[in-house]
Amino acid sequence: MISKKILLLLVSFLIALALFIAFMRHEETGIPFVSSEKKSVWMIEARVDFQALENTPVTISLSLPSDTPEYKIYFEQSVSAGYGFNVSQQDALRRGTWSIRQAKGRQTLYYKIQVVQDSASQEGFFKEPLSIEAKDEILWNKSESIAAKQILADAYAKSSDDISFTRELIKILTQIDENKEGSLLFAKRKYIEVLNKLLDDAGVVHKISLALELQDARRNQSLTPVIEVLDKGEWVLFDPKNALHEKSKSFFLWTRGGKSLIDVVGGINARVSFSMIKENMPALELAQAHFEEGGFGLFSIHRLPIEEQSFFKMLLLLPIGALVTVFMRLLIGIKTSGTFMPVLIAMAFLQTSLFLGMVNFVVLVAIGLILRSLLSSLNLLLVARIATIIVIVIFIIIFMTLIGYELGFNTGMSVAFFPIIILAWTIERMSILWEEQGAREVVIQGIGSLLVASFAYMAMVNGYVVHLFFNFPELHLIVIALIILMGRYTGYRLLELYRFREFKSI
Amino acid sequence: MQAFINPFALKKSGVLGMNSRNIEFISPYNDRKLFPLVDNKLQTKLLAQEYGINTPTLLFVVHYQHDVYKLKEKLQNISSFVIKPACGSGGKGILVIKSKKDDGFVKASGSVVSLEEVIRHVTNILAGLYSLSGDQDSAIVETLIEADSFFDAYSYQGVPDIRIIVFQGYPVMAMLRLSTQESDGKANLHQGAVGVGLDIQSGKAIHAVMNGRKVLTHPDTKEHLKSIAIKNWREKLLLACSCYDMSKLGYLGVDIVLDKAKGAMLLELNARPGLSIQVANSKGLLPRLREIQRVATKKRSVEERVDFVINSSFFSMNKS
Repeated sequence: MISKKILLLLVSFLIALALFIAFMRHEETGIPFVSSEKKSVWMIEARVDFQALENTPVTISLSLPSDTPEYKIYFEQSVSAGYGFNVSQQDALRRGTWSIRQAKGRQTLYYKIQVVQDSASQEGFFKEPLSIEAKDEILWNKSESIAAKQILADAYAKSSDDISFTRELIKILTQIDENKEGSLLFAKRKYIEVLNKLLDDAGVVHKISLALELQDARRNQSLTPVIEVLDKGEWVLFDPKNALHEKSKSFFLWTRGGKSLIDVVGGINARVSFSMIKENMPALELAQAHFEEGGFGLFSIHRLPIEEQSFFKMLLLLPIGALVTVFMRLLIGIKTSGTFMPVLIAMAFLQTSLFLGMVNFVVLVAIGLILRSLLSSLNLLLVARIATIIVIVIFIIIFMTLIGYELGFNTGMSVAFFPIIILAWTIERMSILWEEQGAREVVIQGIGSLLVASFAYMAMVNGYVVHLFFNFPELHLIVIALIILMGRYTGYRLLELYRFREFKSI
Repeated sequence: MQAFINPFALKKSGVLGMNSRNIEFISPYNDRKLFPLVDNKLQTKLLAQEYGINTPTLLFVVHYQHDVYKLKEKLQNISSFVIKPACGSGGKGILVIKSKKDDGFVKASGSVVSLEEVIRHVTNILAGLYSLSGDQDSAIVETLIEADSFFDAYSYQGVPDIRIIVFQGYPVMAMLRLSTQESDGKANLHQGAVGVGLDIQSGKAIHAVMNGRKVLTHPDTKEHLKSIAIKNWREKLLLACSCYDMSKLGYLGVDIVLDKAKGAMLLELNARPGLSIQVANSKGLLPRLREIQRVATKKRSVEERVDFVINSSFFSMNKS
């Protein structure tokens, strides 16, 4: 066994090393230790996947975004080995073109931008003329035509100009499930097509554009259609699913005026997906940090594609959860069911929210325990029983999702983030615990797990913690040092002071 | 009274905490590779037979799932028995059958179970439901212990057992565990059994607790617990300490039962004995462990070690 002295030496070495590297990184790349400036910087990455045809030159043309009144593009970069890349501008529309003489098999191209929220720029953005492309006409049949006319008349009666008309129309369409006549319009068509056709019928000058909904640490996103309506020579943006014409700040316009998002020559099965990540730090320093060549820049998570970055943003929080668990078990002495299950629950809470996550967890385990008790009379072997519980857990999740959806909560979806197999084991263990030691022990361990999970969650959502451990991964050495230190703590646990409280009377 | 005790006061009273037990005693004194010996009750039993240590008689073992259907035949001529998982912990998965009635088996609590239920219990054991690691396990069937009639007045249903902490082969602390109605006939303190601290030199009761609180009488039989004194105490200590030579584990919990006919028998060994023995004794383990660390420098036989503790002035002063 290593003596305490060497242990302390090791721990202080780890801490010193971590602080040193972090300080050097700070000096060299200029990433601040505290994310003071509240300016949001979005790192957005478009990823193009396609299958190249053999012996054919490949040309990929992707529609690229421009500065918008709310967002300024700060930095633009294409990552694609072997391809030529060039950006062309036609009217207000920009397109990026990749080309290569020969390619084989699955190809992946990346286009990265940094977008900063900046309201001062691009005054005339929405004033620019946009040519309107011809669209595929939808034809109403007779009954549909009557319904459409009725809806338009309703919207017309409640509005005074094109803007308020569009707002009323969206309001009516989004509440259509109560309005029975209108619902037949959607029978075979997409929502956006119907809205487009109705605006056409009413003679409102409008466009469908594609925008990206900005949400932190999302991967595999696609663009959502938005409607632009011309009013007094200026285009006004509408969220087709939300009647408020207040230009929702979470939309970033990617391509305007109905131009295709991607054109591929010499390839098939092309697909564009978007990943994004939000950071609060001065844009200039961020740019330095992200695109620095050599030195710390080379050893930075920021070098990875954003898709991986947002994954690491989650992964790098895991040690914090582990640290909290070690603290709660070794220093406080809280009993949990399964050593690190609370960390996994906390990770699930990150996807939902603390309160909803807790309600979901308790309901899920409670229903699981009831069904498990019915299962025990089937007299199954252990492995088969656990497997059955896994299926039951999935059923409960589907059921809760449906209930949540029907009630209009968005709770259900979030349940899917719980680690299903761990949950199944938890239910099995708790059910055995119930039989062997009674309900009291089940409640104690359940509450203990939730308590540890909540503390882990609170540490993991803290803005400072996220900023520090993502931008300075070396700080995890300090986490290791603290865990080692706690692992050799021989003093009493807090709850032992309660357990042995009677000793005071002696 | 306050809900918490000041850690310095607790330190002064010499109470051993969980972290300290793990790092300072279990980790250095109990070699990891010896754990399977005590975690598997079947191995412990076979080893005990080799060393001539008395244990409840082994009737037979069920290793494989296809053997469970032979149970009917095997149990035909046995009227009372105990089924336990070889790798169980904390008394989990133990089925006690007192007698037979018609086609069923009468449990310790008096309720009757069918042969199918017994088979299902064995199936669960084999699947590893009660084992520490969740791996496949074996089921041990052994003779039922008839508790010494001395204990009739002090126990509800189940068989009382004596837990002795043996450190480097020296006995350091002991307690008697009595089952109650609340503990459902089980002798586990955290399930509501009564823990009676025994003087390590004489085997006489010194203190008793139930659910962490001091008690004077057994809650069901109302008998005064202070009057308990274990007969032939030295013999029990000898049995416990010889388990050290057999298992080589430096920090060991030895569970002993007293059978009406066969006397003291080893029930099981524990490589991670719990801390509640301190509450039952109202004494901390730490000063005694330190004293043994100080004196255990030369090799002594089992008798010498037991006599050393019985005659030690340190241990007689460390009484309450």
